[in-house]
Amino acid sequence: MSQLKNFTKGILKENPVFVLLLGMCPTLGVTSSAINGMGMGLATTFVLMMSNIVVSMVKDFIPDKVRIPSFIVIIATFVTIVQLTMQAYLPALFENLGLFIPLIVVNCIVLGRAEAYASKQSIVSSIVDGAGIGIGFTFALTLLGGVREFLGAGTFFGTSIYPEKFGSLLFVLAPGAFIALGYLIAVINQINRAK
Amino acid sequence: MAKRESSFKNMVFTLFTVTLIASSALGVVYEFTKKAIEISNLKKQAKAIEAVLPEFETLGDSYKLMPSDEKDSLEFFPAYNAGNELVGTAVKTYTNKGFSGYISIMTGFTPDGTISGYQVLQHQETPGLGSKMNEWFRSMNNEKQNIIGKNPDAINFTVSKDGGGVDAITAATISSRAFLDAVKRAYTTYTQTTDANSSATYKPDANNKGGEK
Repeated sequence: MSQLKNFTKGILKENPVFVLLLGMCPTLGVTSSAINGMGMGLATTFVLMMSNIVVSMVKDFIPDKVRIPSFIVIIATFVTIVQLTMQAYLPALFENLGLFIPLIVVNCIVLGRAEAYASKQSIVSSIVDGAGIGIGFTFALTLLGGVREFLGAGTFFGTSIYPEKFGSLLFVLAPGAFIALGYLIAVINQINRAK
Repeated sequence: MAKRESSFKNMVFTLFTVTLIASSALGVVYEFTKKAIEISNLKKQAKAIEAVLPEFETLGDSYKLMPSDEKDSLEFFPAYNAGNELVGTAVKTYTNKGFSGYISIMTGFTPDGTISGYQVLQHQETPGLGSKMNEWFRSMNNEKQNIIGKNPDAINFTVSKDGGGVDAITAATISSRAFLDAVKRAYTTYTQTTDANSSATYKPDANNKGGEK
């Protein structure tokens, strides 16, 4: 598989949220607005790339039976580094996302890529894979956040589009996340099938 | 290179090395960012104090006081003008009654107990509903939802659903109750320190002992 294909597969064909249905907890939790979804997606992308690099680097040193705990420790370390750095240098972003950062540790996309991809592939392929899946995740979260924000609060990235009182409260709350996600999965699957 | 065998020795050694490297990396990052985090927290607090009080020249020493009904103390930041007169006090208050628990709010009071401003510092309320409290209670659209410039004693300081004089956030009554609970706590504790209508001659040292019971 060429690196370009390796990169783009994460965006539509193997989109972690819409096709693989991984990482549902942060997906449903943070996507009440487009900007939250995007921030979460970018933070995850960073962790995903870093952990993919390290896992791919140390894959030969780690005995099979302890690979999962080792991967988790590596991932958790990067998450904490992201959290501390964000808190120190980007306090405004941290205010919005701080709650969700620790959730990246248990995001099964990150562990899933470490286990299914990085532990078997070269460093370069792993970086590309991490970036592609990460961007696919960011895309999915931003889209879902955008839809929910638009239907629920009448805004898009904070810009008002129609008066808030016409918005449907349902989409701001968790059930709306499930409904919106269901329809988006249907649309994406339709697009993938048409190809 | 072949995979290392999963022998007991190898596994113990690998896990030990992985955790050792991870914890030392975290230690370094923690030390490195500690100062910056502290500074950004203080900055945030200073900004909040400035936002909730009328214009002032200097900040006095902060002091802590226990509210009568809770276990955690509130922090007070008195502010003075150029003539060394008290123009207001910022109170860092909190509540545990939020829809998702703890909420921390900086409130400002003028010496007569009027609310001069507020700023939500920390909360976990539902985005889009309870999270609106930072804007809602200062809105000018509806006199009944605005609490700024009012004295909590003068209006019935509960949400209108409970027969009070403040309109709650649409679809977030619990968050609104919690918000008012926190502000009310700041107000009652604050008025203990001053005779609300006198010229507010509070001596932190004299009263502090009582507060720490």
